[in-house]
Amino acid sequence: MSAQPFVSLKGVTKRFGDLEVLRRVDLEVSEHNVVCLIGASGSGKSTLLRCINLLERVEEGEIVVDGQMVTNGKVDVNALRRKIGIVFQAYNLFPHMTVLQNVSLGPRKVRRLDRQQAHRAAMELLVRIGLEDKADEYPDRLSGGQQQRVAIARALAMNPKILLLDEITSALDPQLVSEVLNLVRSLTEVGMTMIIATHEMSFAREVSDKVCFLDAGVICEQGPPDQIFSNPAEPRTREFLKRIIEAGRL
Amino acid sequence: MHRVLHAFADPFAFRQALPDIWSGFLINVHMMVIAEALVLVLALLIAIIRGLPGRGAKPFRGLAILYTDFFRGTPLTIVAFACILGLPGLGYSVVRNASSEALGVVALTIVYTAYVTEVYRAGIESVHGSQRMAARSLGLSYMQALRYVVLPQAIRRVIPPLLNDFIGLQKDTAIIGAIGVTEAAAQGTNYANSYFNFTGYLVGAVFFVYLTIPLARYTDHIIRERERRERAAMV
Repeated sequence: MSAQPFVSLKGVTKRFGDLEVLRRVDLEVSEHNVVCLIGASGSGKSTLLRCINLLERVEEGEIVVDGQMVTNGKVDVNALRRKIGIVFQAYNLFPHMTVLQNVSLGPRKVRRLDRQQAHRAAMELLVRIGLEDKADEYPDRLSGGQQQRVAIARALAMNPKILLLDEITSALDPQLVSEVLNLVRSLTEVGMTMIIATHEMSFAREVSDKVCFLDAGVICEQGPPDQIFSNPAEPRTREFLKRIIEAGRL
Repeated sequence: MHRVLHAFADPFAFRQALPDIWSGFLINVHMMVIAEALVLVLALLIAIIRGLPGRGAKPFRGLAILYTDFFRGTPLTIVAFACILGLPGLGYSVVRNASSEALGVVALTIVYTAYVTEVYRAGIESVHGSQRMAARSLGLSYMQALRYVVLPQAIRRVIPPLLNDFIGLQKDTAIIGAIGVTEAAAQGTNYANSYFNFTGYLVGAVFFVYLTIPLARYTDHIIRERERRERAAMV
């Protein structure tokens, strides 16, 4: 393992008004590792991801990404976000653009590739996700699973050094979940660094190097997946997993 | 009844008044086209300024709000009088030599920019925040996100109310006629003064209606298209 983690959070606290959504969160993610965040809705998983690419400002603590302190206010936000891809639960594709335009917008306007280069690179990505025949369709003609795969391709088109996945299968019909998870699995195989907020426990167990259980804005317990899922130390983790098993999700 | 028809819809007077009213109407169309082009650009600019984030932009936002509040509340007649009769008195060579028609366009532009700014703003606000967030998370700047992601969606959504405001603008070009521009309505008055017959007004009205009907039908068409697409998106 490299000496310096790729992402590190120290004492991160985030408030919305009086509500503390994250409380003194410490987390380290090494390069080429996959970290899964599990926990009930509202436990702070999404907020944690959004703090890392500065979609949310943190009140206290520090976040370092790729050796760069991002919480000191002087950071070039747009340059930072170029390195950090994020995929949202609701896909958030641009409805007025075709699939190809969605995937090539970032490369053209941020990485300043010319149209031809950007389209060629976007087509390569679409081939990789198996949607090259949808290049000229608008997002509303695609299924949820296909839209989410395009959203992943859109994030990958920026050649990010890390990918944040924010409950990307939660809005999908059950039969569409696996095509998206298969794509994420293929990314773990090529060593993409990822932080994944998810309710898919068996998937988390399979792909993670580390699992963090969040409860009420606190990382209650973190460790290797086998330890968290088979032998959790904290009563709250045990309680959460018991309810998940009762719901048939593990 | 016969007297009414004779006074307002006499076939002979209709034909007789037509050429003059037509030449006046071309002035209405001319004013309308220039004012609409200016309004489209200026209103977008002010709507963008009104939405700028951050404390530094606060005075600009304030000015934009002041402008829209003031001119949305002021009758066009007052602004037109002020522009056409007032501006030349200032003594600046630009406005002293300007025609009443040009000053009328200025008045129309000032008032309608205030309306259309609000239309644009409603459109911008109707684009869900997650769209801007997705754009920013790719590394696009605030202005890039606005230009490539927010505005294209916002403008598409406000085309119907925009066209509606333009129908209003077309009709209000006739107000400028009351203040010294011999457009269609003023030509109608000229005809009435010469022949004691008001059919000239009917001629003018027919022209205006002919101009608005295609615009109204086009607006309907756009709304129908959108509904069709949105239904398709739901299944």
